[in-house]
This record gives sequence, C-alpha cells and structure tokens, in this order.
Amino acid sequence: MKQLVIDFQKCDAGRNCNHECELECAIKVFKVDDPAQAALQIKAYEDGGGKAVLCDQCGDCVVVCPSEALKRNKLGVVMIDKQLCVGCYMCIGFCEKDAFMRNPDWIVPHKCTSCGVCVKVCPHGALSIVDVPEPAVRII
Amino acid sequence: MSQLVFDPSKVMDIDYTKRTEYLDRLEALRAGMRTLKEVPFHPSLPDKGYTNRTLYVNVDSLEVKEKPVTQQMKDVFIGGRGFGLYQLWNAVKPTTRWNDPENEIVISPGPVAGMTQYAGTGKSLVVSLSPQTDIPIDSNVGGFYGPLLKFSGFDGLELQGKAAKDVILFVDGVKGIIRLEEIEGGPEDSHVLAELLTHLYAEGEKDLPNVSVVSTGAAAKHSLIGMLNFSFYDRRRKCVRFKQAGRGGIGTVFRDKRIRALVVRGPKVAGDMNHPVDPETIAKTGIKYHKEIRENDGSQCMMRRNGTAHIVEIMDAYDLLPVHNFQYGSHADTHKIDSAYWQQRCTQATVDGCWYGCSMACAKGADGLVLRTGPYQGDMVTVDGPEYENAAGLGSNCGVFDPDYLLELNFYCDTYGICTITWGTLTAFVMECYQRGILNKERTGGLEMTWGNAEADLEMMHQLARGEGFGKIAGMGVKKMKEYLIKQGWGDPQLINDIGMENKGLEYSQYMSKESLAQQGGYALTNKGPQHDEAWLIFMDMVNKQIPTFEDKAEALYYFPLFRTWFGLNGFCKLPWNDVVPADNSSQPEAHKVPEHVQNYVDLFSATTGVKIDKEELIVQSAKVYNFQRVFNIRMGKGLREHDAAPYRSLGPVTKEEYESRAERYDQQIITEMGLDPAGKSTEEKMALHRTWRTDRFSKLMDSVYARRGWTSNGVPTLARLKELGLDAFPEVVEVVKQHL
Ligand code: SF4
Ligand code: SF4
Ligand code: SF4
Ligand code: SF4
Repeated sequence: MKQLVIDFQKCDAGRNCNHECELECAIKVFKVDDPAQAALQIKAYEDGGGKAVLCDQCGDCVVVCPSEALKRNKLGVVMIDKQLCVGCYMCIGFCEKDAFMRNPDWIVPHKCTSCGVCVKVCPHGALSIVDVPEPAVRII
Repeated sequence: MSQLVFDPSKVMDIDYTKRTEYLDRLEALRAGMRTLKEVPFHPSLPDKGYTNRTLYVNVDSLEVKEKPVTQQMKDVFIGGRGFGLYQLWNAVKPTTRWNDPENEIVISPGPVAGMTQYAGTGKSLVVSLSPQTDIPIDSNVGGFYGPLLKFSGFDGLELQGKAAKDVILFVDGVKGIIRLEEIEGGPEDSHVLAELLTHLYAEGEKDLPNVSVVSTGAAAKHSLIGMLNFSFYDRRRKCVRFKQAGRGGIGTVFRDKRIRALVVRGPKVAGDMNHPVDPETIAKTGIKYHKEIRENDGSQCMMRRNGTAHIVEIMDAYDLLPVHNFQYGSHADTHKIDSAYWQQRCTQATVDGCWYGCSMACAKGADGLVLRTGPYQGDMVTVDGPEYENAAGLGSNCGVFDPDYLLELNFYCDTYGICTITWGTLTAFVMECYQRGILNKERTGGLEMTWGNAEADLEMMHQLARGEGFGKIAGMGVKKMKEYLIKQGWGDPQLINDIGMENKGLEYSQYMSKESLAQQGGYALTNKGPQHDEAWLIFMDMVNKQIPTFEDKAEALYYFPLFRTWFGLNGFCKLPWNDVVPADNSSQPEAHKVPEHVQNYVDLFSATTGVKIDKEELIVQSAKVYNFQRVFNIRMGKGLREHDAAPYRSLGPVTKEEYESRAERYDQQIITEMGLDPAGKSTEEKMALHRTWRTDRFSKLMDSVYARRGWTSNGVPTLARLKELGLDAFPEVVEVVKQHL
C-alpha cells in the first residue's frame, strides 16, 4: 500500500520552508487556501526538532466507519466516499495519529490520499511515498 | 475483581455474513397486499431539531392528518416521551383501557435524535396505555425508525383506532407518500417480516439502510407482554437487526390494533439533517467523546466488546445477580454466561451501533446460531448479544447457564415479539412456583418447569406464540398469573404475592434490590413500574458506594429519575452517559453524576435547538414531564402511594433458605440496625424482625422521596409543585390533582 513518510533528518519542521507541503496539499488536493486544512501537519518543538501529524493508511478508521464510507482503493490507500459519509466523525475520534481532518465549513471530514503532491514541493526532500504491506485488520 | 483483557485470538471463528434468508417469500407477501389509502405529503427536514409537525393516522377510519407542533409543546414537553405523553393524554379518557380504539401508540424521536456526531442519539420513544399496568408506559428504543421518520418530516407519529384486517403503514419520506396497506397472510414474526419488508420498500440495494420497520411477532397477540422491534440495516452483516421497545406490552396494543408493521423510507442520512444552530459545538463534543471511548472503554466497561454483559460478573461478585427468581445473588455457573464468554461468542469485526455515530456500539451480535427448537428449528440466525438484562433474566434468574439456549431464548423472545426482561422474570416466577409445589406438571399441562430447564422454557414460549396451553397463562404476566394461582387455590396467597416480582403490573428488571435500599425505591417509586430506565441506582449504591446515607439515597431518587427522563425527551440513549467516564471522573465533585457528560448533554441540546439551558434547567425540563406523567397515572386510577408498594422479595428475604444463604449479613443487621441480639432466635423470628425493619425503612424512604419530589405523603404532586413547573397552565392536570389533596 502507498504510504506517505517523512524523514526528520531532513525536515526542519517548517523553520526554513514556510510549510510548503501543507500549503500545496490544502490548495491542490482540498482546494482551500488554508494550510490548517492540509492532510498533514508539521509541528515544530520549541527546543528543536518537530513532529508530523500524518496518515499511515493503517485502516483503523475503515473498521469503525458505520456507513462503509471508508474503503481501501487498489493502491491500498484509505479513501472516503463523500456520498456515503454520515458525518459521524468516529474516524476522527478513533484515529490514533489524529490524522483524520475536519474543516468546520464542511460536514464531511477529509484525509490523506497518499497522492504525493506534497512530496514534490518539499524543498528538503523530506517526504516520500513508499510501498509497504497492508497491516492486518484490527478489532477496534 | 480484576479487569478483563480482550483477547482477539479467542474470538470464535464464525462467518457473520451467513444466515438463513427468507427472501423467497417476497412474492407471496406482495401478492397478499392491497392499498387502502394513499396520501401525498411534503417531505421536509428538521429545523433546529424539529420538523414542527406530527403525523396522525387512524388505522380504522383511515384518517391521515398532520398536526402542528406548538411552542407550548416544545416548551413544556420538549419531544420524545414528553410529546408521547401529551398526545396520549389528549387522546384518552380516564376510563380508556389499553384495548379501546382511542388508546394510541405514539412514537416520537425527540429534537436531538438523528444527530450523528455523538454516541447514542438515535432513539425513538414509544408511549401507550399499557395492557399490563393500565397506565402510560414509555419505552426508549434504538433502530432507525425514529430518526428516519423525522428526516421524512415528522416529529412524531400517533396511531389510533383498531383496523378490521391487518395493516401496514408506509411513510415514504423521499417521494412524499403515506400509504395504508392491507395484508393477508404473510409472516408475523419479526426476523422474517422485517427482512421482507425492508427489501420490499427499499429501492435497490443501496437504499436498504434508509428503510426501517417496526414490527412484533406471533406471541404479542396472545399475551399482554408484547414488544416492538425497531429495525436497522446492518451493512457489514447485510441483514436486518433489531432494537426493542420492550416493556409494558406495547406490542400487544400494536397487534390489537391489527397493525402488522410500520415502514419508513427516509432520505439518505448526512451529518447536518437536524439543521442545528451550532454544528461546531456538536462536532467538537462528539469527537471528544469518541476519543474518550477509544481511550477508556477497553479499561472500563468494554462496551464495544461485550455490550452491557460486563455487569453479569460484577453483579455475581457483589451477590446481586438475580438467581432463581431473585432468591440468591450469585451462582457457581455464572462464568458460563459472563462477559469473558460473550466476548468470544459475539462477532467483533463489525460495527455495532444502533444508530450512526454510536462509538459505544453496544449492540453486539452473536452470529451463526442454529436453532434447536420451534418453528425455525434448523435455521441459522443472528441474535443480539445478549444484553445484561437478558443474560440475567433469561439466564441466571431461571437457572439457565447454557449460552446457546440463552441465545435461543433471546432470539425467540425477539422474533415472537415479547419482552425478554418480562419473560425472564415471569418464567423465574413460574419456576419458583414449580419448586414450591404451587405448580406441578399437571397444572402446567406437562411442562417441567424446573430451574434451568431451557427446553421447557422454550416450549412454554412456543405455546404462547401458538396461543395455546400454559404458555398463554404465562403470557398474562406475573400480576395476572398471581391472581390466577390464588383463584385456583394453589399455594399460599401471601407467599405468591411475596415472590411474584411485579409492581403496578410490570415485572421487575434484573437487579436484586434486596440489599440496596436505593434500588428498592428505584424500582417501586417509578412512574411506569419497575425498570432500570428511571432509576438504575444499584451500581452507585452497592458497587461504587457513592450514595451511602439515607439522605443520599433519597436525593438520588429525586435527581436520577429526572436526569434519566431527560434522555427520553430528546432521543438520547442512556448508556453513553455513564458506561464510559472521563479518566479523571472519580476526582470530580459529584462523580456519580458524571459531570463532564452532563455538560456534554447541556451543550448538545443548546447547540441543536438554540434554547440555552444549564444543568439545573435540564432537571426542570424533566420535572415537568415527570410530574405530568405522575398526574396522568393518577388520572388513570393509579399513581398513589398504595401503587408504589413493593413485593417483599424485592425488599428482603422471603424464605428460610434465602435468609440462611446470607445469615451472617442479616444477623449482623439485627445487631447494628435494630439494636437486638440474634443469638438464640430461630430463623423465622429473625426473618420477622427483618420484615418489620425493612418494610418500615422502605416506608420512610417513600416519605422522604415524596417530600423531596414535592408530592404529598400519598404521592400526589402538590399544587405548589405544579405551579412551580408551569403545569397549572393545564386545567385538566390541576383538576386531577385537586381530587386527591
Ligand atoms: S486516518 Fe488515521 S486511522 Fe485512518 S488510515 Fe490514516 S492513520 Fe489510520
Ligand atoms: S465521518 Fe464519514 S467517513 Fe468518518 S466514520 Fe463517519 S461516516 Fe465514516
Ligand atoms: S500525500 Fe497528498 S493528501 Fe497526503 S498530505 Fe501529501 S498532498 Fe496531502
Ligand atoms: S450505547 Fe448501545 S443502545 Fe445506546 S445507542 Fe449505542 S449501540 Fe445503541
């Protein structure tokens, strides 16, 4: 399955790059000019280093979705079907990585599609899309 | 007790997509149906939680009309159970009985119902005059009917009249059609009927989740204990499942009206259909709660793994599990039906909420059950969980510890349309009568009703479904069975009255209240009869020990019935309130109220309706409806102190064996509570001392609770209390009360 990964040896947590990845994701993928709506969020720690909130396509949200709005596509990526979504936000509450996102202006939540758009704009080459085996379905 | 740890490797390997299907009967069903009347309407979505109209249908005259929801209805009755009681009051006279045509069944979901972001927001409230109690009964039930009805355009549905032939009421909230159809032949039992109707009315596979069916089964029409099944389509299993409006015999009223089923086809559900004033607060509160479940459920109740069944072993450990008709509180075989077992037996790979967004997801299902008896013998079925009440009622209380038989009992209760709790308690009563020789094989027509005899238990139920034999007598319920036994001259009347666990005509639910004064009041000092909807206090009294003093208990019997009533006004489920709690709950003031969750409810109500309330106003909202219901009872000839009396089994040990099973505790109470010396006294003498002390203590509790509720010592709300609540705006209410002051 396709998975977005980040290398913190290379990423400087937005200190010198203006969060290009977030902005690109928000604009290109979700069509809003607001990096807070990106499917990945880079946070800098005060004492150096940082962390990324990103989806590893673990599939936990698929298990809890009551309306079968979440399914893996052929590439193993967890995709949301907006027509089926009932806006319950269980996917958000049960994502251990806090990677399921919500824009207060929309009823349907959104998430990373492992599309790689952000990868291309990272000036430090910290992001990449890798192919890893799908994890087993968990009971949640 | 140590916390159970879920072990996924132990879950039984059962294919949850497999079961017997009945769809080949669809054509025959269709052939037996004929349209009686079709009326168009304008579908609409709610605004701030209300559609502002209800639907009235008379199944006899075929009158169909819309009624406006007035501001007064919203201000005083809120919705749900409040609307149901108000509309029922207007429909009936003091002389009306359950089987009179003017009796109604009112189904109303409440303003918050249909929200998808918080757990437990899909409930319908069903209200009717009960065949068991002759006063209003209300039942809080999951499934999709209520929310889909509201999203079709109605805050409630009133059903009145009695049809000449069986009818189905179909509301199509997409096309705007209300249709009454006559039905000849076809199945009656819910698991077949609802499957067929769901497929009949859904427009294609994708539409199946948008259809919900209300139905009952063959036993409802031969008994007084009929229940209603509210369906929801389980997408993972690809089958129709049910939640039950169980208590008080509403299914019996349904069949007496010759209603075979109600079907709604609603629009596809989305997250904003209530059009709340403040969706952001709802979203944030919902997500916070989902996280709480994710983080805490596994180390608290494990509702997502075993539903409410976790209480089985806790009650057993505290000697509070009803065993053998509430005689004893624990049993050596409890481990066979405890939650560790149900975690293995229930399917774990599915989504088990009875409405969207329920992250508590307690509606566990046991798949792959092959039935051993009855008309569906050999069929493979999916059956609910079972919930605690069913494990205790159908199980330990009757001495049944075989889990497969327990599931089969549960299945047949459901599909035949009878209340599992009621069936458990009345069968336990029959079995004790059998044990004590009040009944015997001859008197039961051959049924050997010994403890644990599940086959005889099932046969009694099949008899009821066929309308035959002793099963039909059992189906009258405990109160009428007591009268029957006494009339026959079988057994000592006092013993029969002591051990028949009913009050106001309704059977006790499955907690042993003998050792919990708070629960004694929680059962008997209720509006609708002993259930755990109004005042489930045994846990906070006996396990968490949060209400130790007499005053604490009396206060709890003021606060909790009102607090819990509020769920029913709005369409909330009670379980998410305290079956998980925030990690820091125990360090909060008034931890037993789960203050953070109370605030969640306040916020959700205000954010939906735009009516700003706080936690005090929440209680006032409930108090209006609660007191209205009390007056309604009085209007129907019950609702006074004498009707709140409790059978002695619920207060103390009736028999010598019961006393001796807990002699140490009871002897100790003679010393500490009565200031006497048990030494040298016979068991009978000690039992008599207990009886006096316990009955007296219960009576004192009544005095305190009535006073706290603003009622006279006869249990009548005072004029001052009615005025304080604004109920003096209803002259009829004042009139009823005046006659008793
Ligand atoms: S959104 Fe969260 S739960 Fe869903 S696949 Fe991504 S990381 Fe897993
Ligand atoms: S919000 Fe939508 S995608 Fe997420 S769990 Fe609920 S229905 Fe599924
Ligand atoms: S992979 Fe695509 S969807 Fe995911 S964070 Fe990057 S740009 Fe956004
Ligand atoms: S907690 Fe259980 S009964 Fe309540 S809404 Fe959720 S699934 Fe239904």
